[in-house]
Amino acid sequence: MHRRREPLRLLWLQSGGCGGCTLSLIGAEGPDLIATFEAAGIEVLWHPSLSEASGREVIEILQRIVDGEETLDILCLEGAVMRGPNGTGRFHMMSGTDRPVMDWVAELAAKAGHVVAVGSCAAFGGITAAGANEVEACGLAYDGQREGGLLGPDFRSRSGMPVINIAGCPIHPGWLTETLHSIAAGRFGATEIDEWERPLSYTMHLVHHGCARNEFYEFKASAEELCDMGCMMENLGCKGTQARADCNTRAWNGGGSCLDGGYPCINCTAPGFEEPGHSFTRTPKVSGIPVGLPTDMPKAWFVALASLSKAATPPRLKENAVADHLTRSPVDRQKKR
Amino acid sequence: MTRLVVGPFNRVEGDLEVKLEIGDGRVEKAHVVSPLYRGFERILLGKPPADALVYAPRICGICSVSQSVAAAKALAQAQGLAMPPNGELAVNLVHATENIADHLTHFYLFFMPDFARETYSRESWFAAARERFTAIKGTAAEDMLPARAQFMHLMGLLAGKWPHTLSIQPGGSTRAVTNGEIARMSAILSAFRRFLERTLYGDTLERIASLSSVAELEGWAAEKAPESSDFRHFLSISRHLDLRRLGPSAGLFMSFGAYTVDGATLFPRGVHDNGHLALDINAIAEDVSHAMYRSGADALKPFDGETVPDIDREGAYSWCKAPRLNGKIAEVGALARQLVSGHPLVLDLVSKDGGNVHARVVARLLEVALVTMAMEGWVNALRSGERFIRHADMPDSAEGAGLAEAARGSLGHWIRIEGGRIANYQIIAPTTWNFSPRDADGTPGPLEQALEGAPVRSGETEPVAVQHIVRSFDPCLVCTVH
Ligand code: SF4
Ligand code: SF4
Repeated sequence: MHRRREPLRLLWLQSGGCGGCTLSLIGAEGPDLIATFEAAGIEVLWHPSLSEASGREVIEILQRIVDGEETLDILCLEGAVMRGPNGTGRFHMMSGTDRPVMDWVAELAAKAGHVVAVGSCAAFGGITAAGANEVEACGLAYDGQREGGLLGPDFRSRSGMPVINIAGCPIHPGWLTETLHSIAAGRFGATEIDEWERPLSYTMHLVHHGCARNEFYEFKASAEELCDMGCMMENLGCKGTQARADCNTRAWNGGGSCLDGGYPCINCTAPGFEEPGHSFTRTPKVSGIPVGLPTDMPKAWFVALASLSKAATPPRLKENAVADHLTRSPVDRQKKR
Repeated sequence: MTRLVVGPFNRVEGDLEVKLEIGDGRVEKAHVVSPLYRGFERILLGKPPADALVYAPRICGICSVSQSVAAAKALAQAQGLAMPPNGELAVNLVHATENIADHLTHFYLFFMPDFARETYSRESWFAAARERFTAIKGTAAEDMLPARAQFMHLMGLLAGKWPHTLSIQPGGSTRAVTNGEIARMSAILSAFRRFLERTLYGDTLERIASLSSVAELEGWAAEKAPESSDFRHFLSISRHLDLRRLGPSAGLFMSFGAYTVDGATLFPRGVHDNGHLALDINAIAEDVSHAMYRSGADALKPFDGETVPDIDREGAYSWCKAPRLNGKIAEVGALARQLVSGHPLVLDLVSKDGGNVHARVVARLLEVALVTMAMEGWVNALRSGERFIRHADMPDSAEGAGLAEAARGSLGHWIRIEGGRIANYQIIAPTTWNFSPRDADGTPGPLEQALEGAPVRSGETEPVAVQHIVRSFDPCLVCTVH
C-alpha cells in the first residue's frame, strides 16, 4: 500500500463528558473506525479507550507535544472543559500529574494543527453545563451560546482554523470520520463550517429532512403520546424543524433516528440544548400555538397553513397519527378488494 | 517502601488514578482516586421528573441504556406504572444489546491488549497474543468492531440510536415493531451468534452455557489449540500467568437482578456470601468520610443522600462515595450476577479460588452466551400489534427506586418528587461499589483490597498486574462520580 502523505498525528483527550461520543464512534460502519483511520492516514498518538500506552508513557507523550518535540496535527477533546471550582479546574485533575485537565488542554491546543471539539460538551458545555452549572463547564470556544470558552473567541489553531465543533449528543460516527478525512485530505477550510463552526456537511440539513413522519407533519396529524406515529411537533416537543443535523437521512446504528425510535428531536447539536426551559417531551404553547415554530417560517403563515391542512387531514393519517403502528394502509384506487 | 502513582489509566471508561504503597515487590496499600466530578445529582434538582430520562443516560456513554432503565424504573415506581409484556421484552432487548456490547468492548479493546505489552515479550505465548490483541493494530479488534456494529443495528431498530436513547420509558418502549422488523432482529441475532461461535468461543453458545465445573472448563479448553478461539486463548494465557491468584475478592457479592419478563428474572436479585441470601435494599447507605463531599452524617441512605462537593474536605481523596451494604463492602458485576444466579461453573470457580481476575473474565464471557440465547427467545415472544407502552400522569409528590444491572454491576437511582419537581436524586453506580474509597471504619473498597498483595516486577512504573486487576472489574469512572 502506498501512502499519499505523512500520517496525521491525532491525540484524543476526555474531560467533563460521558465517553458516549467515543462509544458512538467505535460503531462506525462502512468502513469501520480502524479502516477509516487507515484510509485517512491518521495515526492515533493516544486515545484513552483505544491505546496501549498508560500512565507515565502518556504523560510523556503530552509533555513532548507541549515542548514542541512531537508534532500534533489534530487535537480532539471529548467532554466539557471543567473550570470549577472558582476557575481552578480542580473538578477534573489529570491523573498522575496533579494538574487540572483544563491547563493541559489549553497548552496542547496551542500546538495543534487542528482542534476538534467532539460532541456538544466540548463544543458548548453540553449536558455537563446543565442546571446551575456549579462545575463551571464550558466548551473549547463557547460557553453555551457565548463566544469565549476555554480558548477565547480569537483562537485559531496552527492551520488558521477556529475550533471545529462536531456538536451532537452524541456525535454520529460519520460526522467525525468524514471531517477527519477531509482535514487529512486538505479539503477542510473556512467554507466548510457554519456560524457555530459546525461542519456544514451535516448542518446544512434540518433533522426534519427525510423524517418518516413528514406526511403527518404536512397535515398536522399529530402524535399525542410517545409511541404514537404522528408528527411530534405539536405536542411532544419535537424540534426537528429547527434542529440542524442529518439524522433522518444518515442512519444511526444501521437504520434508526430519534424520530424513528418514537421520540422527539431535542436539538442536541445546538448550544444550550440542555436547558430548553420546558420539559423535553412536551411542546410549550401560547393559546394553543406551539412556541418554537419552524426555522424560516413567519408565524402568521404557519398558523394559517396549519389550520388549513388540519381541515384537510385524510382519515388514514388522522387514525395512524395516534396509533403505535400503522393501522390504515393507503388505498390503491386501481384495485378494488 | 516506595510510593507509586499510576495514571492516567487508559482503556477504562473515564478517569482513574491509583496510588500504591509498595514493599517487597508487592502492593501493600492502595488508594483508588476518581479525579473527575460533574454533579449530575445536582443538575437534576428542580427539573421536571420525566426529564431525568434525557439527563440520566448522559451520565455514561458506555452504559447509557442501563442509566435509562434505572431512571425509568424509579419513575415507574413513583407513578405506580407497569409495562405491558411487549414493553418488558423490548426494554430487555435494548438493555441486553448494550450489556453484551459492553462485555465485548471490555474484553477485546480494554482487557486483552495488556497481554500484548512488552513486559511479556519473553513469554512463550507472547507472539500470538501480540498478533491477536495489540491495541488498535491487533487482528481481534478488526474482527470484533464490524460484528459489534452490526449487532448494534438492534439499537437502531428498537431504540432509534445508541447511546442516549429516549425510547426507554417508565411504561415501556416508544418503539413498537412490526412482524417484518421482528424477522430482521432474528437475522441480526443469528449473524451475531455466528460471530460468537466462530470467533469468540469456537463452539456453540449452548455448549459454553452448559459448562458446569472448573474441570469441565479445563477439559473444554484442552479440546483445541489455544489460538483456535479468543476464549481459549484467554484461558491459556490465564493459566500461564495464574490469574486465579490475582485480584482476590474481599467482600460479599451483590446483584440487583436483571431482565424481567412477567415477574420472572433471568438473573435474580440477591447477595452471595458463601451461599445465597436475600438482598435488603434498605441496608444500603453511602459513606462519604473519605470522599470530597460535605456531610452531616457519615453514611446516608440513598433517599436521604446528599451530594454537595467539598473539595478541601480533610482526609478525602476521591469523588467516589463509599456505598456499603449493612456496613460491608460488596463486589458487583458479572461475577456477582452469576454467583447470585447460581451458575454451577461460576460457583465452582469461586468455591475453589474465591473471586479473582480469571473468574471475573470467565463470568463475563459466559454471560455473553447466556444473554444472547435469552435475546433470541425475547425476539420470538414479541407480538406485533399489541401495545409496547403504557402512560400515566406524574404525581406531584412521590418516591421511587430504580434498580438495574449494568454490564459492570448493580446500578440504582433513587428519586424524590415534591411539587411536581425533582427534590432529590441519588445515583449509586456499579463502579462506585467496586472502586469506593475507605469508609468511616477505615475499610478499603473492593478494588483497594483486591490490589493488596499484587506483584510488582522490578523497575515497573505501571505494574502490569495492577492493570489486569483494575480492568478485571470493567470499571466505568464517569458513572462512579456522575
Ligand atoms: S456530548 Fe453527549 S455523548 Fe458526547 S460526551 Fe457529552 S454527554 Fe456524552
Ligand atoms: S416529528 Fe419532528 S422531525 Fe418529524 S416531521 Fe414532525 S416535526 Fe419534523
